[in-house]
Amino acid sequence: MTGNDNASSRPTVADDISSAAIEVDRLVKVYKQTRAVDGISFSLPRGSITGLLGGNGAGKTTTIAMIMGLVLPTSGRVRVLGHRMPEESAEVLGRMNFESPYVDMPMRLTVRQNLTIFGKLYAVKDVADRISRLAAELDLNDFIDRANGKLSAGQKTRVALAKALINQPELLLLDEPTASLDPDTADWVRAHLERYRKDNNATILLASHNMLEVERLCDRVIIMKRGRVEDDDTPDAIMARYNRTTLEEVFLDVARGRSNGAKEEAR
Amino acid sequence: MTDISLHRGISAHRIGAMILRYWYLLLSSWPRLLELLYWPALQVITWGFIQYYIAQNASFFARAGGTLIGAVILWDILFRGQLGFSISFLEEMWARNLGNLMMSPLKPIEFLLSLTVMSLIRLAIGIVPMTLLALIFFHFNVYSLGLPLIAFFCNLIFTSWSVGIFVSGLVLRNGLGAESIVWTLMFAIMPLACIYYPVSVLPVWLQYVAWALPPTYVFEGMRALLIENSFRTDLMLEALAINTCLLAASFWAFLALLRSAKTHGSLLSSGE
Repeated sequence: MTGNDNASSRPTVADDISSAAIEVDRLVKVYKQTRAVDGISFSLPRGSITGLLGGNGAGKTTTIAMIMGLVLPTSGRVRVLGHRMPEESAEVLGRMNFESPYVDMPMRLTVRQNLTIFGKLYAVKDVADRISRLAAELDLNDFIDRANGKLSAGQKTRVALAKALINQPELLLLDEPTASLDPDTADWVRAHLERYRKDNNATILLASHNMLEVERLCDRVIIMKRGRVEDDDTPDAIMARYNRTTLEEVFLDVARGRSNGAKEEAR
Repeated sequence: MTDISLHRGISAHRIGAMILRYWYLLLSSWPRLLELLYWPALQVITWGFIQYYIAQNASFFARAGGTLIGAVILWDILFRGQLGFSISFLEEMWARNLGNLMMSPLKPIEFLLSLTVMSLIRLAIGIVPMTLLALIFFHFNVYSLGLPLIAFFCNLIFTSWSVGIFVSGLVLRNGLGAESIVWTLMFAIMPLACIYYPVSVLPVWLQYVAWALPPTYVFEGMRALLIENSFRTDLMLEALAINTCLLAASFWAFLALLRSAKTHGSLLSSGE
C-alpha cells in the first residue's frame, strides 16, 4: 500500500499544460436502439467556462458522464487534462470534481463528516483547514455539524459545492448546479463559481436549463439536440446568429426546430 | 472510480476514509447497531433451546453436545459476514452516494477492501455477544474450539466476502431492483452447505455440488471436532483452495459487472 496519495494529483509528462482541459472527438453513445450521443466533437481550453445546453434527452448528461468516465463511449475519444478517459482516469480523477442533482451526500452524516471523508478520498493535505476555509467561503458554519439530511435545499447545494471544491479541482463538471434554488441562493452560487474560476484558472463545464445563468457565467455555449451539437459559439455570437436577444429564445428556436429559419432570418 | 489502474498501488488513506464513512454511519444510527445485535441473539437463544430439548430426548445429540448451537454460530458468521459486506455497499446505493465515489480517486479494490473491514467490524458487534449468550445460557463455549475455530472462521468469512463481492456487482449493474439478491442468495446455498446435517444425508449426485462449497467443509469439520474430537486439516485446506478461487472469480465478476454498468449507463440511474 502507498500512503502517497498525491501521486495521482501531480501533473505528469503526458499532462502537457498547453493541452485542452477537455477534448471530445467524434463521441458516440448508443443504448440499444437509441443514439444518445451522436458523433460530437469539441475542445475546451483551460480556464474557460462552457455551458452545455439542450432539452431533456439531448445527450448532455450522457456526454458529461462519458467525460467523467461513468459511462463508456460506443466509439470516439475523450481526453481530460491531457489524459485518455477512462483508460487513464487514475491520473485525473483527483484533479477534477463534479456536482450533480443525480447524486447526494450521505444524509445521516454531518456536513463536516461528509467533507472530511471526501477530503481524505481526494488526498487533501490538511483536511480540517480546507474544510474551515470552505465553510467560511460558502457560509456553512451555521450548520456544519448538522446531518446533511436535515438541511434545506439551498444549504445542501452549498454543501455539494463544497464537496465539489474540496480538492481545488482544475476541472469542475456541474450538472444543473442551481436547480431548485431560490434566485438569491442561485445568484450567490454563480458568483462563487465565477470567483473560483478567476482565482484558480479552473475550467468549468456546466449543463443547465437556466439560460440567464449560462449567459452570465459562460464564455462559450454548446447547444445539443438529439445527441448532436447544434451550435457552438460565444453566447453573443449565437444570439446574433439566431437574431435573438436572449439565449432562452435561442433555446426555444432550437427545441422547436426553428433553428434554420431563425438563422436564415439573421442572414 | 477507475478499474484499469490496479497496478498503480492501493491507498490505505482512501480505504481508511471509507471505513471512517461507515463508522460514522453506524454511530449515527442506534437502530442499525441494535439490528446487528438483535438477530444473532434471537438465533442463538432459539437454537440453544432446541438443542437443549433434543439432547434430553435423543442420546446421539446428548453425546454430540453443541453441534446445533455451534452450527448456528458458524452459519451466522457466514451469513452476517456477507450481510455486513453487502449492507455497507447498499448504504451507498440508498444514499445515492455511489456517483460521488465513482468519480473520486477511490479504486474498486480499495472500495472492496473497506467493505471487507466493515464486514469484520459489523460481524464482531453481532457475533461476540451471541457467543457470550451461548456460553451463559447453554454452556457452549465456542472459543474452547481453539485454533480450529480460526480455521473455520477464516474459511467462512472468505466465502461470505466472495458472495458479498458478487452480489454487490449484481446490484451495481442492475440497480436496487436486484437488492433482494443480497438478502436471499446465501440462503440458496444453505441446504447444500450441510449446516445442521452431514453431507452423507444428501443424494450422491447432490453431494458433488455440496463439496464444491467451502462452508460444507467447515460444517463437516465442526462436526468431526465436536463428535469425534478430531480436527480435519485436510478439509480446511481444501476449503481454503476453493475459497481462493471463489474470491478471485468474484473480484473478476465485480469488475466485469462494473464495466457492464458503465457500458449500459446503469451508474447514472441506480434506482429500481
